Formats: sequence, C-alpha cells, structure tokens
Amino acid sequence: MQKKRIENFLRTLGKPLVKFIISLGNLASFIVKSLYHCFAPPYYPKIFIRQLLDMGFYSLPVVGLTTIFAGMVIALQSYSGFARFGAESAVASVVLISVTRELAPVLSALMVAGRVGAAMAAEIGTMRVTEQIDALVTLSTNPFKYLVAPRLWSGMIVLPLLVLIGDVIGIFGGYVVGVYKLGFNPANYINSTLQNMEAIDIVSGLVKAGVFGFIIALMGCYNGYRSKGGAQGVGEATTNAVVSASILILIFNYVLTEVFFSK
Amino acid sequence: MAEVKISIRNLYKAFGKKQVLNGVNLDVRTGESLVVIGGSGTGKSVLIKCIQGLLTPDMGSIKIDGKEIVGARESLRSDIHSKMGMLFQGGALFDSLSVWENVAFSLLENRKTNREKAKTEAVRVLRQVGLAPDVADLSPSELSGGMQKRVGLARAVITRPEIIFFDEPTTGLDPIMADVINDLIIESAKGLGATTLTITHDMASVRKIADRVAMLYKGKIIWQGTVKEMDKTDDPYVRQFINGCSQGPIKVEI
Repeated sequence: MQKKRIENFLRTLGKPLVKFIISLGNLASFIVKSLYHCFAPPYYPKIFIRQLLDMGFYSLPVVGLTTIFAGMVIALQSYSGFARFGAESAVASVVLISVTRELAPVLSALMVAGRVGAAMAAEIGTMRVTEQIDALVTLSTNPFKYLVAPRLWSGMIVLPLLVLIGDVIGIFGGYVVGVYKLGFNPANYINSTLQNMEAIDIVSGLVKAGVFGFIIALMGCYNGYRSKGGAQGVGEATTNAVVSASILILIFNYVLTEVFFSK
Repeated sequence: MAEVKISIRNLYKAFGKKQVLNGVNLDVRTGESLVVIGGSGTGKSVLIKCIQGLLTPDMGSIKIDGKEIVGARESLRSDIHSKMGMLFQGGALFDSLSVWENVAFSLLENRKTNREKAKTEAVRVLRQVGLAPDVADLSPSELSGGMQKRVGLARAVITRPEIIFFDEPTTGLDPIMADVINDLIIESAKGLGATTLTITHDMASVRKIADRVAMLYKGKIIWQGTVKEMDKTDDPYVRQFINGCSQGPIKVEI
C-alpha cells in the first residue's frame, strides 16, 4: 500500500518532468536547425522583405503609441516623485535613460509579440494542419529555409529599427509633458537630454531589441510549426507563442541588463 | 514483368503505443497505377508519408529506383523529391500565393524560371486540368473544392515527375466531380508515363484508376492483385471492404 502510494507520487511527478525535458530538447533542436538554415543558401529575399514590412512597417503605429505614452508618463511620474527631494531638474535625463534602456525595447517587444508573434504562429500553424508544410517538402523546398529563416532574420533586424524610432518618440513624449505641462524651458530640456545621452543607453536598448525580435519570431515559428489537431491546435499555438515570447522577453531583459550594466 | 520503382520492406512505424505500420511489404512497378485501399486509420496516409520522407519509419527499408531513402542524407532526399509529385487530400495549396504561383512553385523556387515563362507554363497545365486561364490570378481560397483539387493536380504534374502520389483524391467531392478527377488522374499519369500510388477508400475510384490493388489492414498488406482478381477473391477482408458490409472479420474500432 505504502509502496504503491510512493510509486503513484513519483509517477505524477515524473510525467510532467519528462514532458518538460522532451519539449526543451525539441526546442533546442528546432533552434539549432533554424540557425543553420538562417545561414545556408538558398535564401528567399522576397519573403524576407514581406516579413520586414509585416513586422516593421505595420507595427509602427502600435510602437509609436506605446512609447509616446511611456515617455509622457515617466516625465509626469519622475517629476512628482523627484519633487520630494528637490531633484525635478533630473526629469529629462530620467526620461532619456528609462525610455532608451528599458521602456522602448521592452514595451515595443511585448506589443510586437502580441501583434506579430501571434500572427506567425497562426499562419505557420494553419500551414501545418492543412498539410501546406508537407507540400513544401514535397516541392523540394525546406520549410526551415522558406518559412523560419526569413522570419528570424526580419525579427532580429526590424525590432532594433522600431526601437530606435520608439526612442525618439518616447523622448518626444517626455518633452511634450515636460514643456507644456510641467513648465520646463524647451531649450533647457533638450540641452539636458542631449548632454546626458550616452552611447551605451541607446546601444544596449538596440541589442536587447535584436534579441527580443529573435525570441518573438522563434516562438511564433516554433509553436506554429509544432501545432497539431486543427483549429484548436492552432489557437493553442497562438496563445503559447505570445505567452512564452512575453515571458522570455522579460527574463532576457533582466539577463541582458545584468550583462550591460552590472559592474 | 516490369521493373520495380518503389520497394518497401518490413516497414514499421508507431506513434506512442499505437503501432500503425506493422511490417509493410509492397512493390510498385514502373509505370503502373497501384491503389492502396483500407479503412480510415489503417495507416494509409502514414505509409505514403514515410515514402516521401515526411515521416521517419521506426524500422524497415524503402527503396526508390534501388536507392535506400530511409535515413538518407538530405541532398539525396531532395533529389528524389524532385522526381515526385503529390496531390494532397485537402489540396494543401499555399494560401499566401495566387493559383498560378502555386502551380509554378517548383519552377519559380527551384528551377529559377523567370516569372513570365513560369506563368505561361502554369496556365498551360491549368488548361490541361480543365481550368480557364482567368483562374490563374485568383487566390486558392476563392476556389471550390473540386477546383482546388485540380490546381493541386496541376502543381503535382508541372515538373513532369516520375512518381505521383494521390492522397484520397476523390474524398469530399460529389460523384460526378470525383469521376472528372479520376479521368484527370488517368490522363495526366498516362501522359507522363508516371508511376502512381494512390490511397483511397472510394471503390468507384479504385475500379477506374487501378492497375493493381493492395489492401492495408492493421498495418500490413493483407492482399494484393488486379482489379479483376479483387472482384473474384474469396478473401473475407477484401470482400467485406469492397462490398462495404458492417458485418465480417474487420471490426470497426470506435
């Protein structure tokens, strides 16, 4: 009786663990394969360009809105917070640092994960369940080269570009609130922003964005590629793509910050 | 006797605990039309996917033109794929591309034909399967099921493959459209002199297109012969299947 209970306990513990390890292995082999096919020819430039447009150009409104409000709210918050110890003049540099290092990359990545990662998983998942991926193989086309590699490349390239634009818009948001609401002198605000700007602030944000873009595309492709079981499976893949990408973005945000700024 | 094009020996494939292919032995001769029949879930699709390298069998050997493809390197496999065409059950047309881009996919992506030439060729093949040139610029989702099958067929034959696979070509079509598709299959296969392997459970289709019939049951080929032999056989499994009786040695698993 006792033995059986222990056996059952171990079994309930073991099954999810084994499943977890199997899925880690699957993901690892997917990553290795994808990276190989990212570099090995043939390339599909046309698909890459379409992905660039889909991921980049059409994400501009979302990223713009997100970052402008992020910059505005940081200006407001830091002003009222710093007033406690008379450091209101730091608003411009706080906006600069928080937008370029954190807010623009992380918030843009989360928005793009919701917009693009989900769409990727849904598209590739539908291709999987309607046998379009099998059809690609029978037409002598490697789905990793045709579907996955262009998306990974475009993710890695497009997100830093978006974040660069987001940086400008976010800082502008801070400027608008600073000048029109908090009464800063426009010239002083701009001056103090420019004087405090350091390359590392921008660069670290762009590197983060590149990593996040890779994560978004990877999770979209991986979950889509492995989806099965019709409409429900595709729905699941879509959800998983967004959730896993978002969590990984937050984790890697910490890790990368540690790499860049902990001395 | 004609040469053997595809030779399958002792093929095993399981998904978890479910043993789907349980030692399949089957030869497809050059230029013949072999039809594999069997109930739903007997592993017909798995068999065809193993031959194409879409699934890796657990054990056994598949030779095409005498070359082993189980465990073969990707370069050999892609060589072999360029000799094959496949008509998928649902058509499996790429919905991000137009009809003619679907048909000309291999020409555009693998042979780097220029777009104008590829389109002319696609329109020619589309006409062969009975579709008007103005269909070429539509998107696959705008087509009916029968038209999608035709486009799928056009895509499968445009590269003039030596082997063509048909996965339930008539499923989901009305009887007349099914017969039209059967005619097209015969026409295009004969026109190319291709070897074809069809899986189906539509007996009308079998009688029309098969040179030889093989029956798959519980993961094994339990019977094979010509259509005439099929109608005369005493094999209780085959008899039950071709007559469509619920009573007999085949038990439907629910």
